[in-house]
Parts: sequence; structure tokens; C-alpha cells
Amino acid sequence: MSAVPGQTVGPFFHLGLEYDGMNELVPPSHPKAVRLHGHVYDGNGAPVPDAVIEIWQADPQGHIPRRPGSLRRDGWTFTGWGRAATDPDGHYQFATLEPGPTEAGRAPFFAVTVFARGLLDRLFTRAYLPGDPSALDADTLLSGVDPARRGTLITTREPAGLVFDIHLQGEGETVFLTYPRLRDAWS
Amino acid sequence: MESSQADINREIEVAAQQPGGPQPKTDYAPYRSSILRHPKQPAHLVDPESVELWAPVFGHRDVADDEADLTIQHAGTPIGERIVVTGRVLDGDGRPVAGQLVEVWQANAAGRYRHQRDQHPAPHDPNFTGVGRMLTGPDGTYRFQTIKPGPYPWRNHVNAWRPAHIHFSLFGSDFTQRLITQMYFPGDPLFALDPIYQSITDPKARELLIAQYDHDVTTPEWSTGYRWDVVLTGTHRTPLESDVSSDLEEEA
Repeated sequence: MSAVPGQTVGPFFHLGLEYDGMNELVPPSHPKAVRLHGHVYDGNGAPVPDAVIEIWQADPQGHIPRRPGSLRRDGWTFTGWGRAATDPDGHYQFATLEPGPTEAGRAPFFAVTVFARGLLDRLFTRAYLPGDPSALDADTLLSGVDPARRGTLITTREPAGLVFDIHLQGEGETVFLTYPRLRDAWS
Repeated sequence: MESSQADINREIEVAAQQPGGPQPKTDYAPYRSSILRHPKQPAHLVDPESVELWAPVFGHRDVADDEADLTIQHAGTPIGERIVVTGRVLDGDGRPVAGQLVEVWQANAAGRYRHQRDQHPAPHDPNFTGVGRMLTGPDGTYRFQTIKPGPYPWRNHVNAWRPAHIHFSLFGSDFTQRLITQMYFPGDPLFALDPIYQSITDPKARELLIAQYDHDVTTPEWSTGYRWDVVLTGTHRTPLESDVSSDLEEEA
């Protein structure tokens, strides 16, 4: 079957995609809430003020959430999915929980999708938690990418959260991902 | 100097000589905003694991039934051609994507978005927002009623006009199938002039974005109708019968 091609999210996505609480996987007041945030940059290093970032993640115990409620959050159910738009400075943020390893020894990560005006098709990447060097070293993806670019996939810890900047192009370009059935969909 | 439509047409023609295949070329200069916003490094191939093998779950608590009717969101009736759009969301192996979220947004009949950044001086319609949400049924069917959107100028180049379209946001049964795209209407005279549509250089592939008029989808004496099926890429996880039933249990 021929997969339908993507198209840009365009400049008016706020109309269709924004909703209250979309970037709060937990309330910011949650005792274990962390702020996952960063900037999105273009090939000139200029901020991208019209990008959409989505995250999808395991809960702190490493369980993959299978519960609805991401659009109408009840403040108690952790659904593992959220969406954020960048602000005029190209900054996005989420209030969430740190994902746990889905298997012992695995390096936990947020699965990330990027959309933007000017970006004709969505991009996939991962934002790993920093910290456990043995798990990070053992990770198939991290050990397979150019060591000079590996850091683009790992968040930086700060007192109240995790920083993950996304460079669409140029210096420090983020490693974006494809998957076997995505790559082969049109072959 | 700003480019003319003739300049853009030449660039589109040149780009079509170096086919980029059935996906949009993200490096597509005729769409000016793409120049600094596409990765230059090739995507890194990885086998999906853990959360990437699953998609987020949406349910009836997320989406109200009346969100699939864009014509009843205000006190009055919106101006324009009332249409029904329906189709099925399937994965790359032809299996229906059941119970999954579909989000749509669009301009009104005059080609104006209800968005502060839209400065096109066409009228707003106080009775039309242009946003809908729905869940697919057990066979992957989605259906919504709306107003046919108008084309609009967008300043990519002098007198650039977008073909009429509806934005679609779709999820599959695993993370890697996530898709945002645009649905177009058959026979639009602006197709050949539009760098966003033409960024898909394979003509057969871009035609997959065009809905078909279907008289069986019309509501008699009320609305015309269009059918558009969406095939996502393949899932990396073999879906089990229990996937669907467990989702339904979560909802109960």
C-alpha cells in the first residue's frame, strides 16, 4: 500500500493543534515534575517561533502508558504524551516526569516529533536522560551515531529540569531518525 | 527582489528533473521558508524500541462527538459550501487504525484562518472556527462535516496562492507512523503553481493527497461529499486483537 506523503504543519497550526494543558503531562506543582525545555533553531541559528514539539514517553517506572486523557487531562492520569508550540523566542517547555528504563539497563529517552512552518515533513528524534554512562554507552543508537553528534540526542540536566535544544540545520544539527518501515514505505 | 510565479514555476520544473521520490523533499527552495529549516544530514536509521513501538492512546473522554461537525460550533450557520469528508485510516499493511485521534484545521470559505497571524483581508466568519477532532471507528473510518475552504495568498512569492486544503494530524498504532499532512480537492487549478504540493515530486504520490468527490458520501439535499483514505507507513509491532480490546477496557 502506498503511504500518504506528509506536508508542512504551516503557520496556522495553533488553531487546530493547541489546547489547554497540552504541554503539562503532570501539573507543574507535582512533587516529581521536571521541566523539559529548550529552543528550536534554524540553519542560521535563529530561533524558530512556529514549531510544534511532541513527546511520548514511559512513566518513571518504565511502563508505557496505555491510558487516554492527553487532550482532557484530569491532573492524575499520566498519559505519557504531550505537545508544545514554540514561543516567539523559539522556546518550548513541558512539565512532565522523568521516564524510567523500559528494561533493566536500558537508557531512558523521550521519543520526540518535530513539526514547523517551513519544514515539509515531520522529523523524529530522541531526547535521552543524562546520567547513567553505562546505559548510554550501551545504547544501540548512541553507540552508532557519529560521536561528535551524539550529544545532540542527550538532554542536559539543570536544577529544575532537563534542557533539549533542537537544531534543524547547520552547526550542531540534531540527529534525526528514520525507522525501517518508514524508510522502506516508498521503496 | 521577490520572486514571481514564473520564477517559482521554473524552479519547480528544475526540481522535478531531480526526483526526490514520493515523500516531500524537505530541501525544496521554491518553498522559501524551507531553506533554513531542513536537516542537511541524512536521517539515522534505527530499530524502534520501547515507546516507539506504541502510540499514545486517545479515547472518548478526549474528544466529544460534536467536535466532528465544524458547522455547529456557533450560534449561526457558517457561510459556504457544506461538505462531508470521510475515509479510512489504514496502516501500511492495510489494517484499519481503530480508535485513534484525527485532528483537522482549515481556512473558512473565503480563505481566511481564524488565527491572528493570518492577515489576508478576506472576511472572517463569526460562525466558523475551522477546527475539528474525531476518533476513528473500529474499521478505521473517520467522518466530519465542514465548509469547503477557500484558497488564499501566502506571500511565498509575489501573488502566491495555496490550493484549497484541510490540514490533517494523524496517529497510527506505533510512534513511527505519526503524520501531519494536507488534504486537497480534485481539479484545483493551483496545484501546478504551489511549491508545497509540488515538493512531492512523484506525481502519483502527491495525488494521494487529493480527495475524491463521492456522491454516496453526500447528505441528500444538504451537503456534498468527499472521500479520502489515509494510508500510514507500516507498524513495527505486530498488532494483536487484544490491543484494541484493552484500549476499550481502559475507557470503560
